[in-house]
Amino acid sequence: MRYFIALATVLALLWLGLSGVYKPLILILGAASVALVVWITERMEVLGAEHDPGTLSWRLPVYWTWLIGEIILANLMVARAVINPKRIKPSVIKVPATTRTRVGLVTYGNSITLTPGTITTELTDGSGEIQAHALLDEAVDGLRNGDMLKRVQWLEGPNQ
Amino acid sequence: MIDIVIHVLSAGLLLTGAAFALVGGVGLVRFPDLYTRLHAGGITDTIAPLLIIAGLILQAGVSILTIKLLLILLFLLFTTPTASHATVRAAIAAGIKPQGSEDPTKERASSNT
Amino acid sequence: MSPILLATILAIFTTMALALWRALKGPTVYDTIVAVNAFGTKTVLLIALITLFTGNHDLIDVALVYALINFIAVIAVLKLIDRHDLAAAEDLADD
Repeated sequence: MRYFIALATVLALLWLGLSGVYKPLILILGAASVALVVWITERMEVLGAEHDPGTLSWRLPVYWTWLIGEIILANLMVARAVINPKRIKPSVIKVPATTRTRVGLVTYGNSITLTPGTITTELTDGSGEIQAHALLDEAVDGLRNGDMLKRVQWLEGPNQ
Repeated sequence: MIDIVIHVLSAGLLLTGAAFALVGGVGLVRFPDLYTRLHAGGITDTIAPLLIIAGLILQAGVSILTIKLLLILLFLLFTTPTASHATVRAAIAAGIKPQGSEDPTKERASSNT
Repeated sequence: MSPILLATILAIFTTMALALWRALKGPTVYDTIVAVNAFGTKTVLLIALITLFTGNHDLIDVALVYALINFIAVIAVLKLIDRHDLAAAEDLADD
């Protein structure tokens, strides 16, 4: 039940943010579309298994802020490589990925891909490892020191 | 006064974003193989939207337009890594080997000594 | 402000031209997909820029929808190339 309320709230807020027209008829149509989506999601049985709204904590904005900083630094690195292509030294590496939840693992994999210079090439549940393709030696070092993994583990929060 | 500051800041963000987009485009043309080109595509997919949409938000002010611009940024930042990862998976499944994939551990050992 | 917006739009156009060049050149179909993906992201930014350039704020909805369609299109094309069938099931393809 908690999932349904969370989903309906998020959808309603999204609708209110996108609409911009707040007349009674339009609002009723909006409420109907929210109800339709919640009903379809219930039929698909995807809710609650992976879409845990409990992971949406205050830690998320902190992590995103840090990630945006990382993205800017990584971009400067790759931009230098574009200007001087002799710098590039592609390699495929494996790094440990020990996260508590599957959402954490996917967050880690996506964060690696989101920072230019590294791309997740293989991600399997339960292997505790991520295979990544790196463009530069600096990117390899950045991935090996495990800073991002620590942040993702912090994002997952303490054991419940 | 505050108007001028916002305009200058917005212009700076927009032009820096445009410059990064150009660098990413040049990288797409210059880089030697598929996997390195993905990194160049990564520039145009991450920092260019970040900076350009930040610049546009400063111009739009507080309105429904800002919410929509933020949503566009959110969608782009969530979907582009997934699309890149899917491309890599498909390319590996098709048998395209990345450069430097021979033995990563050996390379690390030689660079440490 | 509009000269700045115009300059940004022109830079985005140039980037799109570069991406298109890579898409036409190849050499593999995956290079084309990478280029088309970058091209799509640039299209979204271009529509957002044109929204503020022309002052017609309804256009932003087009950018919003395009951001979603672009992602689905890339995934669909990848699946089509991989499986030669959009309706193929996941576990059948690994054989």
